[in-house]
Amino acid sequence: MSVLVYTESEEGKIKKIALEVVAYAKGIADQMGTTVTAVSINANDISELGKYGASKILQVSNDKLSNFNAEAYADVIAQAAKSEDAKVIIVSSSANSKFLAPALAVNLEAGYVPNVTALPESTSPFKVKSNVFTNKAFASTEIKTDVKIIGLGKNSYGLKENETSAANEAFAPNLDAHDFDMEIVSVDKATDKVTIADAEIVVSAGRGLKGPENWGMIEDLAKTLGAATACSKPVSDMGWRPHSEHVGQTGKPVASNLYIAIGISGAIQHLAGINASKVKVVINNDPEAPFFKAADYGIVGDAFEIVPKLTEKLKEFKAQNS
Amino acid sequence: MKILVCISHVPDTTSKINFTDGDTKFETNGVQFVINPNDEFGLTRAMWFKEKQGATVHVINVGGPETEPTLRKALAIGADEAIRINTPATDGFSVAKQLANVAKEGGYDLVIGGRESIDYNGGMVPGMMAKLIGANFVNTCIGLEIEGDKATAIREIDGGKETLKTSLPLVIGCQKGLVQESDLRIPNMRGIMQARSKPLNVKEPIASNAETNTVSFEKPAPKGAIKLVDTVDELISLLHNEAKVI
Repeated sequence: MSVLVYTESEEGKIKKIALEVVAYAKGIADQMGTTVTAVSINANDISELGKYGASKILQVSNDKLSNFNAEAYADVIAQAAKSEDAKVIIVSSSANSKFLAPALAVNLEAGYVPNVTALPESTSPFKVKSNVFTNKAFASTEIKTDVKIIGLGKNSYGLKENETSAANEAFAPNLDAHDFDMEIVSVDKATDKVTIADAEIVVSAGRGLKGPENWGMIEDLAKTLGAATACSKPVSDMGWRPHSEHVGQTGKPVASNLYIAIGISGAIQHLAGINASKVKVVINNDPEAPFFKAADYGIVGDAFEIVPKLTEKLKEFKAQNS
Repeated sequence: MKILVCISHVPDTTSKINFTDGDTKFETNGVQFVINPNDEFGLTRAMWFKEKQGATVHVINVGGPETEPTLRKALAIGADEAIRINTPATDGFSVAKQLANVAKEGGYDLVIGGRESIDYNGGMVPGMMAKLIGANFVNTCIGLEIEGDKATAIREIDGGKETLKTSLPLVIGCQKGLVQESDLRIPNMRGIMQARSKPLNVKEPIASNAETNTVSFEKPAPKGAIKLVDTVDELISLLHNEAKVI
């Protein structure tokens, strides 16, 4: 009857978003008077999971699962849920979790609500609040099935620590041939860059930069902050930056701690996509730019002067505060 | 090759979002509805398969008669036939079940859906459909080539992309990148005229049950006023001391 949480890892390392879902699962488990069981696939170091509230960790080690595979991973989680008789299953909002959760939901005949922003308002009936209309509204949704799946929105619960002694248990799922119908031919991934999905800080720039040749200063600023770089839709449509950097309603969602928008006017579609970020900063030479109504802090001025200055001062600040 | 493109009928990206009936219903008054942008990328790729590989393209939507103009637009872009399943789109699972039923009965080789709709952002319908049909599934699909019953798909992953080999029948959840923004087609007059006489079949739904029920909506609290600063020193100090994000 425990709350089951799928804790994602990459190259054997538990991801930070996985710790947030464990913390959240602990919150629900407390509401329901039960405990948290985590299921991890090919993770080497799981010691942190207990710190955020997992009482039991089902460890799956299987070479066939060394690459993410939605079909097989969903199968593993479903089997773990059945063996634990879990009625509530928590996943994150990462691309991989969103890939596997629908299959998991069909497999377990479970109602699934993604982009959830808070602990359930009540657990009987089971009602959760989630982001809809790309952050322009919240919905309160009742999950009516016996088994329930929640996709927690990134950065919406926080890394709440809850030291628990966790028992590890090896878990060997039954995998069938159908789980491996898809063959991964190649993976092309920049390993030296912070991804928008994982980033705590995102530095984003728009048409105000006048051309792709001016992105050096954006990358410098991002590097100084350990941030990911992003861009507005027109910038990706014009091919100045890759599509994978496009954030907004039809691009990637951003839910970072800090979002810095440089030379982005703030079209409604852009603002919707980045609205889940906690703190927003705008740098724009047009004081009438709509972004000034959506941001927390702003500087009206020329990005070409301000951004290099900001980078330089941040370097000094980092040197003093580290 | 038979392709089915699932079309979600959604408010235009610039729409103001409001609710009515005690915050239980989306206010559709004065809202312009469009083909969900992610679905439009998929429809555009389907047109490519039609023109280069002789595929037949059907479009489908689950919804009331008010969604027909959106399906007609898809026909004007070039789809051959449209299907409307005559029931309100309640939750993701019940929609997936209706779509999967038609996809199975119709023997479609490729079913295309958007990664998510821009209204409810559920992102679950394509994946559920694939599981219900027993087809392969690629989400966040940004590239697709098909030869015979073999498919090569590119999937966007956090921080990069992954190339996959799979086979038909296949369901994809697609997004921008599958085609470019500049590839999108605006229906021309000829297309619009032709769309009027193309079949739009209305099907009655199969028995299905919603697993989730949205009880109410609310809008985010209004935002506090922005703090404008003159210098980067002030900004750094506020981000460190007040916002505590650096």
